[in-house]
Amino acid sequence: MERLNSPDALESYRDEVLEGRDPERPSVAVCAGTGCIATGAREVYAAFEEALDGAGLKASLDFRGTGCHGFCEKGPIVVIEPGEICYLQVTPDDVPEIVHKTLIEHETLDRLLYEDPAKEEKVLRESDIPFYKNQERLVFGPNRTIDPRSLEDYLAIGGFRALTKALFEMTPQRVIDEVTAAGLRGRGGAGFPTGIKWGLCREAEGSPKYVVVNCDEGDPGAYMDRSLMEGNPFAVIEGLLIGAYAIGASEGYVYVRQEYPLAVENLGIALERAKEAGLLGEDILGSGFDFRILVHRGAGAFVCGEETALLASLEGRVGEPRPRPPYPAVKGLWDKPTNINNVETWATVPLIVDRGAEAFAAIGTEGSKGTKIFSLVGKITNTGLVEVPMGIKLRDVIYEIGGGIPDGKQFKAVQTGGPSGGCIPEDRLDLEVDFDELTKAGSMMGSGGMIVMDEDTCMVDVARYFIDFLTDESCGKCVPCREGLKQMHKVLTGITEGRGKPEDIGALESLAETAREASLCALGKTGPNPFLSTYRYFKDEYEAHIHDQRCPALSCKELISYWIDPAKCKACLICLKNCPDDAILGAKKTIHVIDQDKCTNCGTCIEVCPSRFDAVVKISGEPVPPPIPDEERVIVRKRKQA
Amino acid sequence: MSDIHLQIDGKSVTVPAGATVLDAARKAGVEIPTLCHHDQLEPFGGCRLCIVEAEANGRTQHIVSCVYPVEEGLVVRTRTEQVDRIRRTLVELLMAHAPHAPALEALAEEYGADPDRFEKDPSFCIHCGLCVRYCAEVKGEHAVGFVDRGMRKEISFLPDIASRVCDDCKECFPLCPTSYLQAAYVLTQSLAFPSSP
Repeated sequence: MERLNSPDALESYRDEVLEGRDPERPSVAVCAGTGCIATGAREVYAAFEEALDGAGLKASLDFRGTGCHGFCEKGPIVVIEPGEICYLQVTPDDVPEIVHKTLIEHETLDRLLYEDPAKEEKVLRESDIPFYKNQERLVFGPNRTIDPRSLEDYLAIGGFRALTKALFEMTPQRVIDEVTAAGLRGRGGAGFPTGIKWGLCREAEGSPKYVVVNCDEGDPGAYMDRSLMEGNPFAVIEGLLIGAYAIGASEGYVYVRQEYPLAVENLGIALERAKEAGLLGEDILGSGFDFRILVHRGAGAFVCGEETALLASLEGRVGEPRPRPPYPAVKGLWDKPTNINNVETWATVPLIVDRGAEAFAAIGTEGSKGTKIFSLVGKITNTGLVEVPMGIKLRDVIYEIGGGIPDGKQFKAVQTGGPSGGCIPEDRLDLEVDFDELTKAGSMMGSGGMIVMDEDTCMVDVARYFIDFLTDESCGKCVPCREGLKQMHKVLTGITEGRGKPEDIGALESLAETAREASLCALGKTGPNPFLSTYRYFKDEYEAHIHDQRCPALSCKELISYWIDPAKCKACLICLKNCPDDAILGAKKTIHVIDQDKCTNCGTCIEVCPSRFDAVVKISGEPVPPPIPDEERVIVRKRKQA
Repeated sequence: MSDIHLQIDGKSVTVPAGATVLDAARKAGVEIPTLCHHDQLEPFGGCRLCIVEAEANGRTQHIVSCVYPVEEGLVVRTRTEQVDRIRRTLVELLMAHAPHAPALEALAEEYGADPDRFEKDPSFCIHCGLCVRYCAEVKGEHAVGFVDRGMRKEISFLPDIASRVCDDCKECFPLCPTSYLQAAYVLTQSLAFPSSP
């Protein structure tokens, strides 16, 4: 295409795109985010191509693969317009029927619609599904309507309008003031006010200046940045352009992890399209502003999400953090002033500039404005990405949007803020989610991970697990993190394996203090949080492990025994045959007994015991009852009355 | 460059801008323990033993003095109860690796550290990086470097370079706080270039 060399050229191209589009025209959107691809979206997409071709419908409707819709639990997702008909868990086999019935005969297929479990009612429209209805999808919303590789799709939803406004109607300082007034805080973890950060970099001496997109999302179970980068890369590019203009940078980097191949691919295509259109490069839209973006693929080290480690990695050095101050705003990439923001932060910028600070600041709480995307995972009915206004109650996220805990289990805790966040218990569920409230509760916002845990989760084991992750991801440079987390992991492992000693808590507390106060970077400083928050809210579980060798959640393998309740066992042989260690004694009509010396606590027996018998029981902290005498083990079945 | 005035353990001291809190403390005659610091090398901030409490603009925080640039009006306290406690834990953590290193034994005595508090992992190297950085920054040779990453990071001599330059130098040997470096060198030499004298 021809380079757009003025705002008017951009607007007339936008008009051209919009004129060619009929809002009444039918469309089929298949979610082509990584989550849905994992459940078969590529095959569904291919099946649609074939079926639409076969039916001769290709020319009369819009067919596109979009970014992640967020409701990953129910993928692959297909949305059909008009009517916003939302089909879930679609398989390639469903496609010919969808084309025939829904697209040609205008009938909906009830079996593919969402069923509201509370009302046992089918829900037709995507936005009426409770998972979506209770969200506010400001930043993440366009994901479901646009093809991430199409500049025209992005222009059609008002894309690059904010860029023109910034370049032609606002001074750089005015842009910074607007972002500051909006109250936007960094979405990557620390929550530093974005406008202030930009201002510091703008005022710093040195040239050139750099802007960087941090797409090194590394928290286990968190994928909001991936989905934004995959699903709406133009928004990130536009945000970065606006930031670069405000700060006075002429070069930008996107640091994206190699394990995000689709994000890398879609970003690459978007950058090419933007370049062709003159939205990147020299004299952008005739404004005199030059800017180019380079993509750097990271090798997947968690610590490279820390800004100084990220910069070291960008420079080609070992990804180890360095002390701050000096902050990157003053001395960053190649010692030049550098501003780093997270993907979600950059993607939010165009909204603020386009709609104004006031509209953005109207959403949220006193100290945290706007919306935040969370990845809601773990023991939750509706796994997926959710975008909610700051200040929403944690309870609403888990129950209204997340649909509560599956399998009739009890909620126990939600871990927010990634591996170095904290666990929040049931009695804190009315907490209003924002940066400050989460910190007060001993956790943090982090980049927006939310891992829900149910009654079967042992909180000591959770602390052990996350500290194990952080130990593995520590860069090894400073002692409190490298050595301290390693020792914390050893002590916690001992507690979960029944070797806990009363003095362990004191040791953990002093290791936690040392890591928090003396570590070089945020990984070490927040590293002890999994212990601190679980100890704060679930002290009784630590005490039970240490003093009674008991795991209250019946989860720690070394602290539990399996036992067959003789009153319930029907001698059905199922557990006996499935036991991989031949540890179950018994026979037909002879009540089964577990040989505790042979049992390795693998849990197979409890899984295979038919639920109508429910005879296998987990025991912790008390001795296993002795086997009943052999003569009482014979089951005499009553004859059926004739 | 302008002068910066600060207070360390009640003593006033003036140093040029850009100096570290550790520089200022030394000028004021206040002793702060270090393991990874060396005057000829760029500040590293790995051992964290030189942690101190610093107060500025009504905010008190812990800073690591070897890498923290001085600020006007900073009030530094080098021996608070908490600072001592943190240093003690740091020494205890290092003693899990090198329980009998003289430098650590002296620190253990000063801070009341228990050499047996944490499970032993006698790998001797405490990753201060003095050898690696000295060889790179002062000698420009890179005969010894870190290999692997994170928890598995170790120092290692590179036989190609070491066989050529180390025998006539060995300036890093006395820098090592645990004497592990000598052992690593002898091991590399006997395995990789035994024919050298």
